[in-house]
Amino acid sequence: MSFLGTAWLVARKDLLIEFRTRSAFFAAIVFALLAVVIFHFAWDPTTVTALDLAPGVLWVIFTFSGLLGLHRSFGVEEADRAIDGLLAAPIGREALFAGKAVANLVFVGAVQLVTIPAVALFYDLPLLGGAMLPGLAAVAALATIGLVAVGTLFSAMTVNTRLAELLLPMLALPFFVPIVIPAALSTARLLAGRPLGEIRGYLEMLAAFDLVFVTACTLAFPYTLEE
Amino acid sequence: MTAAPAALSDTASSTATAPVVEAVGLVRTFGARRAVDDVSFALDAGECLALFGPNGAGKSTLLRMLAGLLRPTRGSARIGGVSLERDAAPEVRARVGLISHHSLLYAALTARENVELAARLYAVPDAPRAAMAALERMRVADRADTAVRRLSRGLQQRVSIARAMVHEPRVVLLDEPFTGLDEVGARALTDAIGELKAHGAALVLVTHNLGEGLTLGTRVAVMLAGRLARFDARAAVDGAAFAAEYRALVTGIA
Repeated sequence: MSFLGTAWLVARKDLLIEFRTRSAFFAAIVFALLAVVIFHFAWDPTTVTALDLAPGVLWVIFTFSGLLGLHRSFGVEEADRAIDGLLAAPIGREALFAGKAVANLVFVGAVQLVTIPAVALFYDLPLLGGAMLPGLAAVAALATIGLVAVGTLFSAMTVNTRLAELLLPMLALPFFVPIVIPAALSTARLLAGRPLGEIRGYLEMLAAFDLVFVTACTLAFPYTLEE
Repeated sequence: MTAAPAALSDTASSTATAPVVEAVGLVRTFGARRAVDDVSFALDAGECLALFGPNGAGKSTLLRMLAGLLRPTRGSARIGGVSLERDAAPEVRARVGLISHHSLLYAALTARENVELAARLYAVPDAPRAAMAALERMRVADRADTAVRRLSRGLQQRVSIARAMVHEPRVVLLDEPFTGLDEVGARALTDAIGELKAHGAALVLVTHNLGEGLTLGTRVAVMLAGRLARFDARAAVDGAAFAAEYRALVTGIA
């Protein structure tokens, strides 16, 4: 079977399971909305403007709600050792990684689709104006690719450990930093109404990190599954 | 023992005379413990090895190495003469079917979806039809559209067996496959094993049940503390004497 065919098969299977159970998605959405509300009520608008606070709020939520889905990515394989069925099958490990990553990308993207309007609502952000929305979509897409690549790899590494819920963020978060910082900075610029050209450097940086992380994680993934 | 298996004759010419399944000096350690200790054997097409042994003897570890799921510390597991490592060619992996004591199923998917997924992963032509045929063979087709989590343990086991056999493997590794099966399920599995043997598949059957192992096996082996304590042709073994000796061996270890 082709690389893309296998990846699609794995991604479709993961998304179907998530669609049926909705456990991780609901957990991530509840977390995201709670975080939006808590940040909102802890916020003093007389000292910090919405435009200064919102980028941080958005990326904190994306990062941590994404971890919920990433943890489940391989957790779903462990219940009845379904992962053994995948590993014994005549499919490439790289295609398996790609399938898992695509499913995680859709998961995190869906969480973002709910979170961004919620943040816009609570912080009164003019999201629909000018080039802001396509710019924000580009930043979110590029950053999410990097986060998902790293998160999928560490999810596979930690799933067999007793403290997987703790280990995944501990291992993944340091690698998230170089992605989240340019993403948050470019989001701040976009929300402030700056032109898209002003964040070009950040977009290039995110694209470079994506290239490095996707390549490195794809190559490292087969070794994480070896016993 | 080492005649060319027709089922695998399309493998590289260098492997034309290789056994269908071969363990060559397999060793697997976990820390200081040797779970499998220098195990070697070979099986030809149509042979079934019934592997007995007490809990913790290393049977499942051996099976996982033969399935390519566990890397040997030393030695190699070969299918048709090709080492079954991580980078093994897909066509080599495609010849192996694994029935584990875990179901390897996704609880949220239906029986049909699970088996069809396996059929697609193994590039079986007309996967939906093959999946239904496999479920029918295990006499669980009437529950094809039921989510696996709603099936009893025995029915899950039948679906798991259908999943492992949907691609008509030439090598089948069965880890206590009769566990949880009722009479109908056990008969369906026995029939399926018979068909596989008749079609030239090689099987490794791990079981605690001496009766079923001695009935189905063309070779019998006993594993103790990671080593093969016995490996005989079934025809050369007297069932009652083997059972008595096995009990003595196991009790001696305990």
